[in-house]
Amino acid sequence: MIRINITSVYVDDQAKALAFYTEKLGFTKKTDVPAGEYRWLTVSSPADPDGVELLLEPEGHPAARPFKEALVADGIPFTQFAVDDVYAEVERLKGLGVVFTQDATDMGPVVTAVLDDTCGNLIQLATMK
Amino acid sequence: MDADPDLFKAIGDATRRTILDELTEKDGQTLFEICGRLTMRHGLASSRQAISQHLAVLEQAGLVHTRRQGRYKFHHIDTSPLRSIVERWPIDREAPNP
Repeated sequence: MIRINITSVYVDDQAKALAFYTEKLGFTKKTDVPAGEYRWLTVSSPADPDGVELLLEPEGHPAARPFKEALVADGIPFTQFAVDDVYAEVERLKGLGVVFTQDATDMGPVVTAVLDDTCGNLIQLATMK
Repeated sequence: MDADPDLFKAIGDATRRTILDELTEKDGQTLFEICGRLTMRHGLASSRQAISQHLAVLEQAGLVHTRRQGRYKFHHIDTSPLRSIVERWPIDREAPNP
């Protein structure tokens, strides 16, 4: 049966991304091996250490940056993470200096918020009701 | 001749009025948040391009201003153009006579 094992975010700096995704968001480093000019660098959730890995992918391709900038200008998060309580998570992350473009907002079946990952992406946090 | 046809055109559309409702509830939203609110809370299935054009009409009428902050763009409501309506047709303080 096919399943998702890795999903990617394009980051402008892998070291900076690792710091943000582990120290602020709370992921755990899973794999870190040299791969040419860059690293094969993944994190996973402490809630599911052997679950889906997030690959912190270098934005080496020339199309990556314009793509990201266009999304960010319109406030569009390309990646979503689940949290138990968006309201509490927004407060916790704001306390760590994380910037939000959308505060926790009740969208009917789901509560969402959107944060800046400092690596060129907006990330949506979501709690299904 | 209306002095401000753009204003009446802008508020003559139900989707644009809903956008103004949502900006009244929370001022300063990205295009993504406005689209999300219209879809999830109002069941409006307009495309992102359509919402963007609605916002352009509201901006043309002076009811919405955009502000760039860093790499993001936020939309803010400005109700001051609506004053011209009540100046033109003043609202009586007393209830109307039966």
